[in-house]
Amino acid sequence: MIEFDRFTLDNGLRVVVHRDTSTPIVAMNILYNVGSRDEHPDRTGFAHLFEHLMFGGSINIPRYDEPLERVGGENNAFTNNDFTNYYLTVPGHNLETAFWLESDRMLNLAFSAKSFDVQRNVVVEEFRQNYLNQPYGDAWLLLRPLAYKVHPYRWATIGIDPSHIEQAGMDEVRDFYERFYNPCNAILVLAGNVETAHVKELAEKWFGVIPQGRKNERNLRSEPPQTEARSLTVDSDVPYDALYKAWHMCSRMEDGFFATDLISDILSAGQSGRLNQQLVKNLRLFSDISAFISGDTDAGLFVITGKLIKGVSFSEAETALQVEIDKICNQAVDEMELQKVKNRVEAMMEFSEMRVLDKAMNLAYFELLGDASLVNDLVNKYASVTTTDITAEARKIFRPENCSTLCYKSK
Amino acid sequence: MTTILNRKIQPAVQPPGRVEFPRPEIFELSNGIKVYQFNSGTQDVISIEMVFGAGSWFQTKPFTAMATNLMLREGTRNYTAKALSESLDFFGAHFENTTERDNAYVSLYSLNKHLDDTLPLLSEIIKNPLFPESELEVLASKQRQMLEVNRQKVNFLARTHFNSIIFGDEHPYGSFLGPDDIPRVSSSDLASFHASRYHSGNCIIVVAGLVKPGLLNNLEEKFGGSDWIGKPTGRLSYDISASIQKEHFIVKEGASQSAIRMGCRMFSRSHPDFSGMKVLNAILGGYFGSRLMSNLREDKGYTYGIGSAVVPLRDSGYFVISGEVGAEFTSEALTEIKSELTRLCNEQINESELSLVRNYLAGEMLRAVDGPFAQAGLYRELLEDGLDITHFEEMIDTVQHINAQQLQDLAIRYFNPEDLYTLVVGPEKI
Repeated sequence: MIEFDRFTLDNGLRVVVHRDTSTPIVAMNILYNVGSRDEHPDRTGFAHLFEHLMFGGSINIPRYDEPLERVGGENNAFTNNDFTNYYLTVPGHNLETAFWLESDRMLNLAFSAKSFDVQRNVVVEEFRQNYLNQPYGDAWLLLRPLAYKVHPYRWATIGIDPSHIEQAGMDEVRDFYERFYNPCNAILVLAGNVETAHVKELAEKWFGVIPQGRKNERNLRSEPPQTEARSLTVDSDVPYDALYKAWHMCSRMEDGFFATDLISDILSAGQSGRLNQQLVKNLRLFSDISAFISGDTDAGLFVITGKLIKGVSFSEAETALQVEIDKICNQAVDEMELQKVKNRVEAMMEFSEMRVLDKAMNLAYFELLGDASLVNDLVNKYASVTTTDITAEARKIFRPENCSTLCYKSK
Repeated sequence: MTTILNRKIQPAVQPPGRVEFPRPEIFELSNGIKVYQFNSGTQDVISIEMVFGAGSWFQTKPFTAMATNLMLREGTRNYTAKALSESLDFFGAHFENTTERDNAYVSLYSLNKHLDDTLPLLSEIIKNPLFPESELEVLASKQRQMLEVNRQKVNFLARTHFNSIIFGDEHPYGSFLGPDDIPRVSSSDLASFHASRYHSGNCIIVVAGLVKPGLLNNLEEKFGGSDWIGKPTGRLSYDISASIQKEHFIVKEGASQSAIRMGCRMFSRSHPDFSGMKVLNAILGGYFGSRLMSNLREDKGYTYGIGSAVVPLRDSGYFVISGEVGAEFTSEALTEIKSELTRLCNEQINESELSLVRNYLAGEMLRAVDGPFAQAGLYRELLEDGLDITHFEEMIDTVQHINAQQLQDLAIRYFNPEDLYTLVVGPEKI
């Protein structure tokens, strides 16, 4: 249970405050409602590149990191398909520095040419390090355009190709900033030994004068239903064959979300998950296999991926996997198994509230979805999923025509 | 009257507050096992970590220590692997089994409300494992495949080979696993290793979280008996045999980045220069604003990340700079790294930068003791090296008081590029 206060400034900035007196550290999380789904198809990777540029100096402050380090703070950020999230932790008595830094870079960036040139190179190195220079690193770069033909989820946050990043220009950067980095498009969360009244004061002082800016009104084309199974096989310099299967699932706010998440846990959570027990331990067809949901806000993907044991054919592996998929569609899950995955969710929630930073991030995320108090509703939502819900949702998801399959064939 | 906000001036900076490190409560079970307890936090959860002198140092055959630890849960006297996993997962609990060079760790994470059901599972896997052959086959196959995948990655190759360069590949700190080592361990190898290393004479317990009354009695009942006493076996000594060559290269065809490792052997935590080196290391490559990051990433764009670490081990230690750079910049990157090392030897750090590092590290130390899990982890590290909280307090003192001259002296002693080993894993020899 995360208690919080919430208010909105005149310029539309939403602020959430959670008081936790057990720690001297305060976490500040600031979430901007812009992700890679907001990019132009010829300029993919931009939202993430932009995240890097946010550290290159703002209009009044030449460097972001240095003043924060000077007060004992630590920070980082990440971008995904749906939003861009900046977070920091700082000893509570130096909280005002955080307000100063974050408000200045929301007010205006320095747009330094040097920072732009350097960060383009840094992002290319990130592309290489995480996606190109390791076995199976490009899986999502291949799987997304297979599963999505219309929706911007068809490209990964890192971008389609390093060349998109290399060709980005400074005007596009300014334009992106104008469109998305505004108070009315942002959510600010504080968690730690803070008083709401004090946070309100600081928020008004530092963020209050920033003009409202444009709200990000999305008008994305939804992905039309997939009507036939798709597949792609790549010959790759990988030591073992690997299989990725992705099915379209509902969006985050639809009722079926919780059942879908529990289905992935029934299949794959802990060592007792069905796929591990049957396909790894009993049949010895995979060395490891997992099922998970992509976690997107719009309609995302349910993914199963595994590495085949050397000598096992794709056909053998897929046939055995299909048996498990048929089972969850056609046989009601027993109550103990369903209770198991609900218990796991409950435990995860309890552990997730140990650190102020995690609480701040969760509050921001759920406020973005519409209401921060949704975070306190989660255990109930999962608890009320029935075995009928599981079967019904499984049948919606695991239709062959809804599936995209990627096979890595070891050269 | 409202004053106009001056955004060019940083708000008043408060000096770092005192870092308080709460002391654990210390108990002793009837058979001599010490229990260290950090009872705090807001969440109704508990972690129980069992630490054994059962790291790879003590194995006579490669993979034995790691396999023993991983196999503990894969079939016991009273549970099949499957039944144990079902039970553990049902209660939303999980184990963490890690094996390092010196010690092995088996931890249980559980909600307090289920501890009466989950603690017996921890006891079961530690005292009654059977190491069934069929489960071992599955595990070995999985580990072998994972290893083969990892050996395609430049950073994995760099990390494993670097230690063998500075310690020798026969030394426990330098040896690394090859794929053919994995199928060679048998059930009886693991059973022997378990019998000799996983017993009450070779164990400490660290508890963290909100401790319910009765936990200590529960631990006494499960782990305090004489039923699992063992004979402590000695710790063999090994000769260090570092490479004669300073420069090494491993080819990874087609790699778009090179992994770089540069460093040397160093010392354990109790060495008088340890605290000072932690500060010097931070300046060089221990935080985002460090010399290496500022140069190779934020100025030149050669890399997504580069850093350095001073790593203490029980009997020794090492210093290493590590990062992956665009392959086409490998030569330049090495030059820049050396120039940063040389700069620390030749120029004293100025007061502004030193003060920033002091404050940053003070913040890091505050984060390092934030919450019972963090406190327990830090304390356990000190315990393993035969140290206690005073060592941490000395570190705080060094961070606050070390001066530029002392830092330069350390750099001259330890950061001479001529003394360091270099390993590059990349597409072509430079």
